[in-house]
Amino acid sequence: MATNAPAAPPSTFVVDDDLQVSKVTFWTRLRRHKLAVAGMVVLALMILAAIFAGQLAPFDPNFIDNGTAAVPHWNGTPLPPCFQDKELCWGHPLGTDEVGRDLLSRLLFGARISLTVGLSAVLMEVLIGTILGAISGYYGGWVDYIIMRVTDVFLSIPLLPLLLVLTAIVAASSTKASLSFGVIVIIIGALSWPTVARLVRASFLSLREREFAEAARALGNSDRRIIFRHLLPNAVAPIVVQATLDVAGVIITESTLSFLGLGIQPPTASWGNMLANAQSNLSIAWWAAVFPGLCILVTVLSINYMGDGLRDALDPNMR
Amino acid sequence: MFTYVVRRTLQAIPLLIAISVILYGILYNMPGGPLAPYLQNPHITPADIERLKHNLGMDQPVYIQYLKWLGHVLTGDMGYSTSNSEPVFQAILERVPATLELMLTSFVFSVLIGVAAGIISAVYRYSLVDYFITTLAFFGQSMPVFWFALMMQLAFAVHGIPLPFGYQIQLPSAGISSGDTFDFGDRLAHLVLPVIVLSLLALALYSRFMRSSLLEVLGTDYMRTAAAKGLNFRTILFKHGLKNALIPVVTILALSLPGILGGAIITETIFAWPGAGRLFYNALTQSDIALLMGYLIMVAVLVVFCNLLADVLYAWLDPRVKYD
Repeated sequence: MATNAPAAPPSTFVVDDDLQVSKVTFWTRLRRHKLAVAGMVVLALMILAAIFAGQLAPFDPNFIDNGTAAVPHWNGTPLPPCFQDKELCWGHPLGTDEVGRDLLSRLLFGARISLTVGLSAVLMEVLIGTILGAISGYYGGWVDYIIMRVTDVFLSIPLLPLLLVLTAIVAASSTKASLSFGVIVIIIGALSWPTVARLVRASFLSLREREFAEAARALGNSDRRIIFRHLLPNAVAPIVVQATLDVAGVIITESTLSFLGLGIQPPTASWGNMLANAQSNLSIAWWAAVFPGLCILVTVLSINYMGDGLRDALDPNMR
Repeated sequence: MFTYVVRRTLQAIPLLIAISVILYGILYNMPGGPLAPYLQNPHITPADIERLKHNLGMDQPVYIQYLKWLGHVLTGDMGYSTSNSEPVFQAILERVPATLELMLTSFVFSVLIGVAAGIISAVYRYSLVDYFITTLAFFGQSMPVFWFALMMQLAFAVHGIPLPFGYQIQLPSAGISSGDTFDFGDRLAHLVLPVIVLSLLALALYSRFMRSSLLEVLGTDYMRTAAAKGLNFRTILFKHGLKNALIPVVTILALSLPGILGGAIITETIFAWPGAGRLFYNALTQSDIALLMGYLIMVAVLVVFCNLLADVLYAWLDPRVKYD
């Protein structure tokens, strides 16, 4: 059983009809990419930390430390005890933020937000992008023309300014609190599907001409069955790679929005909004600026390495 | 070639109209509308608001409003910016030089370094230098721009990097200059941190792209032929390799623009850079609809133009591409 390379060059990904063989080669190839394996391990630890944030966090993420009896009592102004004197940071492994909340605990709970926003927005993006891209590539003609023009429009508007405007409108429409987790996910997901749609369309354009697609058609299968049961499984590889890299992108996007005050709203901790006030306290509390960003960097880096490894494993021609 | 350029330009027009319709539709839903800044003013009565709405044509159907807006934009009138108390077009144009200073410096910087790093990386593939460059590129791609900006400020502005003999590197972290009089050294010092921050992502992107593009070319038959003819490596690399490898990179340069513009908003905001990106962010916090719309349209025009430029350049540089 040999792995057969794709006949048509447009998609250089392994379009393999024999999934059993490609699964084995996939894992061997992925294991060879050491940094991808390291990325997966780090990411797994991050996910575990996010799941068990409640057990791991030394404090409640919203608990405000007023200082203990041993140290001067702090009533909220101007700076928390930990900012005034590092000796007063006892019990807070990474210090506190500008309100006096434990940084480590907030980082752990922030991991939940960042990772779930990343995964959910990408899930949404992949669903929309795959369905539209599949329809576009399979049917062609005017349906394809319209869908592709729509992706042109979406790809011509820079994402960040558009996201900022949309979130600002939602924030102003009712209250800032309406910028909940779900709203952020929907806005990001609804705007980032065009890349996936183009990718899926490209694979479908070549896949629909292959013999097995013709055979499926000749057997009288419905279009929907051909799209989802016969063609889609063969187009999964590029989608998986793109989706992985997009999770990293969404985590950065969400943290940027939250940093600018137009993402996840406090008191809910997200890595981005933990940095919102970091700039003004940069000279007194470096830890409040360093650690949240470090979490973003490490997570995004792990995901990017993982995506790189997946690409290598799924597509040996891309190296 | 000429007909190709004309046809592509004509295709861009419906695209831009569609973009403007979508943007107009989004901003039309901004709560309070364009008169929001007046609503809080105690000297303006509800009757005044009604009169203003009527005079400005805000009581007409959306599509009429849109068409009127479009007509005005085509004559260079983008409305009045409430947060800056001046016409939108003027407000943006005033900030463009600062943004250009930042973006062009950063563009030149990242193209030079990025392309050079990519070439070195490809030529010395799997060497220590290659690993170093690709690792840095991965970090650059994974770095949240705003946090990198904070870290640069922390290192170079708050603390300063110590040098031997008691000197230290300390750089300004806000604004475009210290005083009103022009001082080249001072302007340059203000430019360093924002340019580094804005360039990072582009640098990473260009070097990775250059590397894979050159690697692909190095593996081709015509490169082997050139080597077989006995040409030295330098000639092969520069005359045959780079000429071909740079073609897709040129496309990426043009296509990376939207990302750089997004990065410029953040960079300008954090470094208090008096450019168009910061203007946009301020307009956002003050619900200045006319300015938001004007900025987004101008950026969209720029992006569409750059995409066009990328395609045309590609067709022009690569005789193998058929443009019909």
